[in-house]
Amino acid sequence: MSIRAPRKGENYELSVDLNSEYRDKRKDAIKRVIASMTVGKDVSGLFPDVLKNMQTEDLEQKKLVYLYLMNYAKTQPELVILAVNTFVKDSEDPNPLVRALAIRTMGCLRAEKIIDYLCDPLQRALRDDNPYVRKTAALCVAKLYDLKPELVIENGFLDQLHDMISDSNPMVVANTVAALTDIHIAATSNQPTDTTSNPAVFSITSAVLNKLLIALNECSEWGRVAILNALARYEAQDDKESEHICERVVPQFQHVNGSVVLAAMKVIMIHIRNVRRDDLVKQLIRKMAPPLVTLLSSPPEVQWVALRNINLLLQKRSDLLSNEMRVFFCKYNDPLYVKIEKLDIMVRLASDNNVDALLSELKEYSSEVDVDFVRKSIKAIGQTAISIESAAERCVNVLLELINTRVSYVVQEGVVVMKDIFRKYPSTYEGVIPTLCANLEELDEPEAKASLIWIIGEYAEKIDNADELLGIFVDSFTEESYQVQLQTLTAVVKLFLKKPDSSQGVVQRVLNTATKDCDSPDVRDRAYIYWRLLSTDPGAAKAVVLAHRPPISIPRTTVSPALLEELLGEISSLASVYHKPAQTFVGHGRVGADSVQRQGSEISDAQKALQTVVAGQQAENLLDFGEDPAQDGQPSGLAATQILPSTPAAANFLSGTSANPLDDLVSIFGSMGTEVVGAGSAAALSQTSMSVSSPFDFGGLSAPSSQPTQNAQPQEDLLGLF
Amino acid sequence: MISAFFIFNQKGEVLISRLYRTDFKRSIADVFRIQVVSNSDVRSPIITLGSTSFFHVRVNNLYVVCVTKTNANAALVFEFCYRFISIAKSYFGKVDEESVKNNFVLIYELIDEISDFGYPQNSEIDTLKSYITTESVISSAIVAEESSKITSQATGATSWRRGDVKYKKNEAFVDVVETVNLSMSAKGTVLRADVDGHIQMRAYLSGTPECKFGLNDKLVIDKNSQGSGASDAVELDDCRFHQCVRLNEFDTSRTISFIPPDGEFELMRYRSTSNVKLPLRVIPTVHEIGTSQVSYNVAVKANFGNKLSATNVILRIPTPLNTTSVDCKVANGKAKYVPAENVVIWKIPRIQGGQECTFSATADLTSTTTRQVWARPPIDVDFEVLMLTASGLIVRFLKVFEKSNYQSIKWVRYLTKASGSYQIRF
Repeated sequence: MSIRAPRKGENYELSVDLNSEYRDKRKDAIKRVIASMTVGKDVSGLFPDVLKNMQTEDLEQKKLVYLYLMNYAKTQPELVILAVNTFVKDSEDPNPLVRALAIRTMGCLRAEKIIDYLCDPLQRALRDDNPYVRKTAALCVAKLYDLKPELVIENGFLDQLHDMISDSNPMVVANTVAALTDIHIAATSNQPTDTTSNPAVFSITSAVLNKLLIALNECSEWGRVAILNALARYEAQDDKESEHICERVVPQFQHVNGSVVLAAMKVIMIHIRNVRRDDLVKQLIRKMAPPLVTLLSSPPEVQWVALRNINLLLQKRSDLLSNEMRVFFCKYNDPLYVKIEKLDIMVRLASDNNVDALLSELKEYSSEVDVDFVRKSIKAIGQTAISIESAAERCVNVLLELINTRVSYVVQEGVVVMKDIFRKYPSTYEGVIPTLCANLEELDEPEAKASLIWIIGEYAEKIDNADELLGIFVDSFTEESYQVQLQTLTAVVKLFLKKPDSSQGVVQRVLNTATKDCDSPDVRDRAYIYWRLLSTDPGAAKAVVLAHRPPISIPRTTVSPALLEELLGEISSLASVYHKPAQTFVGHGRVGADSVQRQGSEISDAQKALQTVVAGQQAENLLDFGEDPAQDGQPSGLAATQILPSTPAAANFLSGTSANPLDDLVSIFGSMGTEVVGAGSAAALSQTSMSVSSPFDFGGLSAPSSQPTQNAQPQEDLLGLF
Repeated sequence: MISAFFIFNQKGEVLISRLYRTDFKRSIADVFRIQVVSNSDVRSPIITLGSTSFFHVRVNNLYVVCVTKTNANAALVFEFCYRFISIAKSYFGKVDEESVKNNFVLIYELIDEISDFGYPQNSEIDTLKSYITTESVISSAIVAEESSKITSQATGATSWRRGDVKYKKNEAFVDVVETVNLSMSAKGTVLRADVDGHIQMRAYLSGTPECKFGLNDKLVIDKNSQGSGASDAVELDDCRFHQCVRLNEFDTSRTISFIPPDGEFELMRYRSTSNVKLPLRVIPTVHEIGTSQVSYNVAVKANFGNKLSATNVILRIPTPLNTTSVDCKVANGKAKYVPAENVVIWKIPRIQGGQECTFSATADLTSTTTRQVWARPPIDVDFEVLMLTASGLIVRFLKVFEKSNYQSIKWVRYLTKASGSYQIRF
């Protein structure tokens, strides 16, 4: 027996009560034990005393003892063996609830000693005439596989499960499918290569398919999700079969449970790829819209999952909800994460017809309290302006109104957005420049400052006091952030090239300061390049610095087409919520749970917690919707290969939520650079080199490492110029 | 799938913890406490740390949390959390720290029953109540037989109903409850008006009755293909049904047929956006007088027949953050300034159809150092109107067929209400 606790204290009292001759007292004591267990107190010392109370007619008490066993079986493997007899006896009880309870609990004990005694009762339970016992036994096979796969294969449990797909009871079928899928994932995530020989692989044949389709309409909501997930994995033989599946699944759109609806969407999105009949495709897409909208009246968390998925669906089928923009209008008391998603979707749905309604909404949001939301609303105005040309002027007017409110963060965000509008429609809205310049004093964020400086530089010839304005920044040059310094530098050089007479002094000053007093190598290098360029060949300098740049545009998708297809096949999963492939946030194989734990046992818990917290910092970025997979430093195979160079820009720009606003510009520059290289002409080459030093790249040479090749090339070209 | 299930209180103490799988230790709860409970700036209901994802739902200062390491089905996990909450509500009336602490034994029983190995199982409240009870059951031969019945019912094709239900008087109550969502712009144009309706049914019917249900709807999954119907027909944009309704039949022939669960259940939910009648018209005029005062004039008009009346009307009229006092004048009901929420709450117990109530007030403001523009949150209106449906929906028939051919009595009630989503900007 284990070492007994001293004869005092709480545990001692509990132990006395557990051995009491009165049933009520014993039961009460068990409850207290469970309560202590929940709050984390160690009551494992009471194991033998609790065990004595296992054999009882009282179902509630039995459940409590089982609960205790599940928690401490691992710590007391020698003593668990004492419980085996009761378990085996219970598994033959006339009451099916007791039989099922015994099987369910034995599967959760996870003690090596008891496993061998599990097989016989499990064998019986799988053939039990009560469906409740059978459905419990089906899942127990998955539990056993998780613990000791050999045992499952040796005892032929897998074959039995496959037979159970034909069970007459839909709930049993659903749990069988869930168990087989669980085993399938466990078996394939470790060695994805051998798919044919592995008996644990759950391949869905057309015979299985028919059984699943029949069970689908009869089983419980959660069972439907399991079956729909299996249907999603089925590879249809031909387009007829795909059509058939779609037709059978569509009625599930009317289910009251949102997860069933989304699971059905997933099946449709997968099998619609093979549907050739256009009218059917149209009909299916049409039927998708109303249930999606209805999901918006679910609780906020479900709503958010739905919104993230709607966002994906819209990237594939932009016409899906074209008339439904109003339902995405934010309610004042929506949680912030819902509002931000709605905002994104509203911009996606913007068109000539509804842009006025959208703008008045966005203007309304811009006066709300939450700073983040206000900024995103203003960004959304900019995105609308860039994507709908006919509405650009109205957008600019709204922006001007907002800038005139003089609320600091509104003004700053407005300036940033105006810069993007100038990049899309060069020399169109110059009338607003005075208003922007009037707010110069209010700007204190680097991005806003940099944006305004870029605008001043770009339109230096039209701003009378451009040299004065830039002079202010040159005076405080060394105190500014690098981003602002780079912009100031470029803007002053532009000013000099446009108005050489009046700005000789200021350009001299800025080049001097930048090369002598600045500690950023990027700024210094750029200053040297400009200096040499200006002193050797002002004509070349003009060609480089003042070259024409193509207007920016907002891509329709935020993820690469291949990734989009993959994510559409995983609708309502975490991956689809994050818009990232699952590999980026799921470890390699859950089967490894035990082996991982064995490895992990070497690391102490405290260290582990620390690791998790550190990982959490990264993960927090992961949650930042705008962050793109290619840049978070650990690109998985998929992310690395499939994401086109243009996507980071797209992701950041469209969602407008990037953690570091700089990335937007930097990556846009990155993608532009490649396009131009693609053109390959001599003129293009000089443009490329220009784009390194041009105002486009606020980050300049410090572009993120994810695009080293694109950056390296223009750099070399640039050097070759001299 | 779901690897662990926790309930935390507001301080981050674990009230319930159940590990369904072994990929976590209990200490994972500490990570959640550090990252979410004690973090004031949580901006997402899902937090992924490394490869561990925490899904949380807040209810009455409790956190209901599911943890997983896989690429789990996010919608399913949240639906599961909410299902747990509704089951708990139905078992102990309310879900808060006290009720969780008092009923933790029952909760453990429940969460083991509604999820096995992290896969949600049968979670129909009525069925659960038949075998998970608050009083202890002593196993015996009779109980065993009873349990077989329960279990085969719980897993059967009509898992929601027992076969041997008997009533002296066969009755069915149908409640049509509509929640109106409105957002109206400051100019008085309707930005969005729609109705979330649900049809609640209480069926006290013997045997296994086969029900058919009819509404005055023309179900428009496609607005264009179906032409004009009867003029009083209501357009439903979408509807969703309790799992007892045969979805296939609905899909092909638009008939709603089902075998109802015994007792209360939600038969269907629907959404309607066209021709929504707004029961209350609110006309606000709000002026900021300089920087020291705001004047309000709000009129509410009941926009329905004078035989009906709106009850429990509550208007929440926002005031600027630097309000010191509000002087209210109302002819009907009571108005009170609540500084903690920065609103004036105007309660009117009853407004007869066609009646108009007015409210006028002036709010005095203190001067502040930073002059920030007042965000002007919308006025929020709550109300209830009996025997009215904002969408115009009417139950046309409810037919009950049973082998024994008994007569059944049906009752229908209508209610239109708004709570928290009837918003008027000003």
